[in-house]
Amino acid sequence: MSEAVIHDDHDDHHDHKPTGIGRWLFSTNHKDIGTMYLVFSLIMFFIGGAMAMVIRAELFQPGLQFVDPQFFNSMTTVHALIMIFGAVMPAGVGLANWMIPMMIGAPDMAMPRMNNMSFWILPFAFTLLLSTFFMQGGAPAGGWTMYPPLVLQLGDGFPFLIFAVHFLGISSIMGAINIIATVFNMRAPGMTFMRLPLFVWTWIITAFLLIAAMPVLAGAVTMLLTDRFFGTAFFDAAGGGDPVLFQHVFWFFGHPEVYILVLPSFGIISQIIPTFARKPLFGYASMVYATASIAFLSFFVWAHHMFTVGMPLAGELFFMYATMAIAVPTGVKVFNWTATMWRGSMTFETPMLFSIGVLFMFTLGGFSGLMMGITPVDFQYHDTYFIVAHFHYVLVPGIVFGIISGVYYWLPKWTGHMYDEKLGKLHFWTSTISVNVLFFPMHFIGLAGMPRRIPDYSTQFTDWNMIISIGGFAFGLSQLILVWVVIKCARGIGEKATDQVWEGAHGLEFTLSSPPPFHSFTTPPEVTDATAHS
Amino acid sequence: MSVDKLNRTVLGLVAVSLFLVSGAVLAEYPLNLTEGVTPTSQRVYDLHMDIFYIVTAIGIGVFSVMTWSIFHHRKSKGAVAAQFHHSTTAEVIWTIIPILILVGMAIPATKTLVFMEKTGDAEMTLKVTGYQWKWKYDYLDEDISFFSTLSEEDNKARQRNSGIDPHTIDNYLKNVDNPVVLPVDTKIRILTTAADVIHAWWVPALGWKRDAVPGYINDNWTYIEEPGIYRGKCTELCGKDHGFMPIVVHAVSKEEYATWVDEKKAEAAAMQDESGKEYTLDEQMARGEKIYNTQCAACHQAKGQGIEGMFPALDGSPVATGAAADHINMVLKGKNLMPAFKDQMSDAELSAVITFERNAWSNAVGDIVQPADVKAAR
Repeated sequence: MSEAVIHDDHDDHHDHKPTGIGRWLFSTNHKDIGTMYLVFSLIMFFIGGAMAMVIRAELFQPGLQFVDPQFFNSMTTVHALIMIFGAVMPAGVGLANWMIPMMIGAPDMAMPRMNNMSFWILPFAFTLLLSTFFMQGGAPAGGWTMYPPLVLQLGDGFPFLIFAVHFLGISSIMGAINIIATVFNMRAPGMTFMRLPLFVWTWIITAFLLIAAMPVLAGAVTMLLTDRFFGTAFFDAAGGGDPVLFQHVFWFFGHPEVYILVLPSFGIISQIIPTFARKPLFGYASMVYATASIAFLSFFVWAHHMFTVGMPLAGELFFMYATMAIAVPTGVKVFNWTATMWRGSMTFETPMLFSIGVLFMFTLGGFSGLMMGITPVDFQYHDTYFIVAHFHYVLVPGIVFGIISGVYYWLPKWTGHMYDEKLGKLHFWTSTISVNVLFFPMHFIGLAGMPRRIPDYSTQFTDWNMIISIGGFAFGLSQLILVWVVIKCARGIGEKATDQVWEGAHGLEFTLSSPPPFHSFTTPPEVTDATAHS
Repeated sequence: MSVDKLNRTVLGLVAVSLFLVSGAVLAEYPLNLTEGVTPTSQRVYDLHMDIFYIVTAIGIGVFSVMTWSIFHHRKSKGAVAAQFHHSTTAEVIWTIIPILILVGMAIPATKTLVFMEKTGDAEMTLKVTGYQWKWKYDYLDEDISFFSTLSEEDNKARQRNSGIDPHTIDNYLKNVDNPVVLPVDTKIRILTTAADVIHAWWVPALGWKRDAVPGYINDNWTYIEEPGIYRGKCTELCGKDHGFMPIVVHAVSKEEYATWVDEKKAEAAAMQDESGKEYTLDEQMARGEKIYNTQCAACHQAKGQGIEGMFPALDGSPVATGAAADHINMVLKGKNLMPAFKDQMSDAELSAVITFERNAWSNAVGDIVQPADVKAAR
């Protein structure tokens, strides 16, 4: 399929593209690497999704029917690791690779060889992680947060888990350095920072977050490794260590990580909503500042993931206030998107539908997030299905929908062919309905007292769990439509796309041919105020 | 059918089906946080509802504007795009108003939190220790101490493909062998800690949960206002049987509590006597089988077959058929994932379960381990 994506011969016979498997293995081309990231992410999305299906099958009714509790715990743990590090993050990097050089008027990324390496680390890292399923002691089952002492009980798979996380961190940091170097050095003449498309802005900020946060995670898991194998006791209370220290360090990475996942999605819908509202983005500057404020604040709220761990009152108050403060810049972004649509001339092609989905459902996840930021009530919500509902609302209809809307938006640009609009709309509606059937009732069972990460539950929760599972299966199946749409487009089935693709589209990427030449801008374009600010 | 029409039809269908589903199930199933039975839980519930109403109101406002825009500012209705892209006034307003709303939320939240953290002046203290996968309760003022595990009936039903319908069990997965008994109208200090990994002790009706962390003792309090049975669960992933270590609190009048304390003390004294006793093989086998089923079968499985690659089989194992001293040592001190049972069971209980393991299934060592043997090995 990926070969076909770049099957674009006639337009650009000046390109000297490498051929065969070597084109992909040794690729230094931002588009090929972007394609590999996206395909990899899609595969991981289905592997992680299959694990979610196992979880929902087991939880369809009370009692244990399909898997043992230990394997169930592996499913929840590895599902999270795969979805976060294997599906969402690579999808974000893939879109950045494809689009950033084209959006800033550059021929390629600043460091193409490092780009190759940061991609090719991923398949090895996930092979390490998935191989643990076949080891003595099984796959990681202590939760994706890897809290000690529980994680230290993992069998032979333990060092594989740690090294997989290290590899993922290295890959992300290299990707981030590359993006920063590209945007800082390779902008076309006239492309000032305050003329950058918002997707580029959100990615610069994300890249800085990655560079700041990933080494912290690497430090935390390295301490786990030495605790297990070299007799240290960083997290072992019996040896003078502190198991809660791990949680502080982990979430110092973990909260910025939340924004690493979500900011690119914010960037995508900030490109799409103006296009289909045929109206410039409202409050461009405040969008940039709001994004930066969110990123900055994300380093001061980590302990709201661990309110129940037992902190002093002053600590609990500080983290409550800081968490509530994040609602302000997030609100600004939501209001700006709404104001962009206001008095626009909207059409509702698939990318716009998914972006509006993000707008509604991310906001919903934001509300439950605000509720959980209130410490005293979080003591009730913590580690129940209420939090599962919250983070899945921000992660699936918030972030995954954002990525999907980006894919639909740029797919005609990448392949030179329009996707099948009817299938796209079908994909949107089946996904939106099923995602709500899947996640909305989780609020109820969480409030009513169902803890998360349990393979079996009290009978009072049966009916809601059945509804949730049906929603889950429907959501999983709906994603096959996306695969079909992408395959059709990549094989060149569908109407020829124009260079501008969408009537309301602005930005440098839409001045290139569809599909774009192998080396995006060989001569830098001139950017003026009129061409910027899509 | 045009695409627009299709959209509207689909939207209509969604609305209708959501309405039908909600109508059918809303009345019957729990949807909201419990109001609970303590001053804390009542305050937390009220705060939860206040914040819920505030975010619902904001949500209705924001979503209405979005929806209005989606239906009116569409090209198919001939809308022409305005070209404004900036308004300092609007941006200042929608920064200031949320700040004011947040301050309004933070004030009651701070008050509730300060109230919850007043752990002083307690009339009695209960220490809760999390184990994989059971709870230990120590009544520090009474010298009473016991373990609380999932009830045998629930434990049988929850085995994979057990053939027992969970619906036939009342409060499935929320029954224990030894419930915690607490007096009403008493300020009780509850300390949480753990012996192996992190757990969390949560009884929703009390209005809070708190992690039980090895090496830490967390301070909490409660004041139960109504007698009754309150059930809860472990809420921090603690390994394989995290879902199967419930909590049951019996809140009783002060008089009933005093009676219970006396009974519990008498029971403990009787247990003390047992440790000097000699048992026959049949006695040990019968007592041991019960203990095996609640304490050991979770990992080593009902027939001692274990789970390959994770939990070794006891049936035919070198430890269970080797020297008794090594077997006793293993159970007392644990190894890797196997917890140390020395503080979890009495000499009499340990001797029974070890005897059972050595003589059950195809194991037939024939020796009887007596409480005195265990005592000597400690």
